[in-house]
Amino acid sequence: MSATAPHTSAEYIKHHLTNLTYGQHADGHWGIAHGAEDLAEMGFWSINLDSMFFSIALGVLFLWGFRKAAKSATAGVPGGWQNFVEWVVEFIDESVRGSFSGKNPLIAPLALTIFIWVFLMNFMDLIAVDWLPWLAGMMGVSYLKIVPSTDPNITFGLSLSVFALVLYYSVKMKGLGGFVGELTLMPFQSDNKVVQTLFMPINFLLEGVTLIAKPVSLSLRLFGNMYAGEMIFILIALMYGGNLFMGAFGGLLQLGWAIFHILIITLQAFIFMTLTIVYLDMASQEHH
Amino acid sequence: MNFNATLIGQSITFLVFVWFCMKFVWPPIMAALEERKGKIAEGLAAADRGRHEHELAQKKATETLHEVKLQAAEIISRAEKRGTEIIEEAKADAREEADRIKAGAMAEMEQEVNRAREALRGQVVSIATAGAGRILKRELDASANDELLKDLVARI
Repeated sequence: MSATAPHTSAEYIKHHLTNLTYGQHADGHWGIAHGAEDLAEMGFWSINLDSMFFSIALGVLFLWGFRKAAKSATAGVPGGWQNFVEWVVEFIDESVRGSFSGKNPLIAPLALTIFIWVFLMNFMDLIAVDWLPWLAGMMGVSYLKIVPSTDPNITFGLSLSVFALVLYYSVKMKGLGGFVGELTLMPFQSDNKVVQTLFMPINFLLEGVTLIAKPVSLSLRLFGNMYAGEMIFILIALMYGGNLFMGAFGGLLQLGWAIFHILIITLQAFIFMTLTIVYLDMASQEHH
Repeated sequence: MNFNATLIGQSITFLVFVWFCMKFVWPPIMAALEERKGKIAEGLAAADRGRHEHELAQKKATETLHEVKLQAAEIISRAEKRGTEIIEEAKADAREEADRIKAGAMAEMEQEVNRAREALRGQVVSIATAGAGRILKRELDASANDELLKDLVARI
């Protein structure tokens, strides 16, 4: 294993929760961060290579697979893969129809991308925690976090993009005045102009918090769930370091948790997608 | 949690993926689904139509069969009637023919009888003449008794 191979349990956990970050060190040269000090030095302008790699790879995998089905899609009897893709697409389409009242050609493909991509990123959680980092270690890569959705950068990247779309459609559908009015004229309303003016900052505070809470809760829900799940996998993996009985018990636990986790990863992907649709629906709807 | 440029990278990646999905993945699949939906609807409609037509055809067949049966019954009854008619006609013809033959035979018979009678009469006359001639050979001359002989022949 590499030079940074962990020895104690704490080191092991920490090692598993550290991204492979590339950035500029304090002395000016660019390279991989080793530890918290390096990360602090690098600041914002550094990049998590592992998260980016796995998220892009999984996204490309998704688009490649679905594009393949889309290219050969016919109205005839669908084959196995096309059947599956159609089933997913219909499921997404139904969800969008159920939650999104307007007409917008962006929403359904957006929902599909989110659902499948997030699902795939979450799915990486089911790969035993040590395999890929160990392989990477053999190849000289010191840190590797293979589940992109346990990286808040990834989840916030998604939710902030969704948030940008929410803002865009809010302004587009309601006009800037309408959007600002929605933020400041509700929930407290008064016929008296002076009282209404007094209410404005309170309304803005309340509505502003509601608005900001959307992307934050969206990304933190996914991040929190996946991070906790990954943590439990790591803790279970620690049991393999104990005696035979502990190891066997750990194996049983891992199996159970992995089966349960299948539900969680799907559910989290679905929740992320559904909330995105709902937020965009709210943004596209006129308030009366 | 330390935030870095991964955030931006992920956002860009996300938008590119969504764009790609919207341009190249979603529309063809939806188009295929719509097309299949249309095809299935068409097929179902065709099946419905076929069933309806089948029902109609069956109804029509039953009707035709019924009609044909009626016609056949009528034809049979007519044929039966005609048959009895022919038989009656034949009987009448036969009877007429028999009558005619009988009448012919009768006439012939009568003729034969008459002829026989004439012949007999002639023979009787000659026999009588001969007889009388023998009896009256000498005294009587044929011409003297001619009147008497004629009377005798008329009486026979």
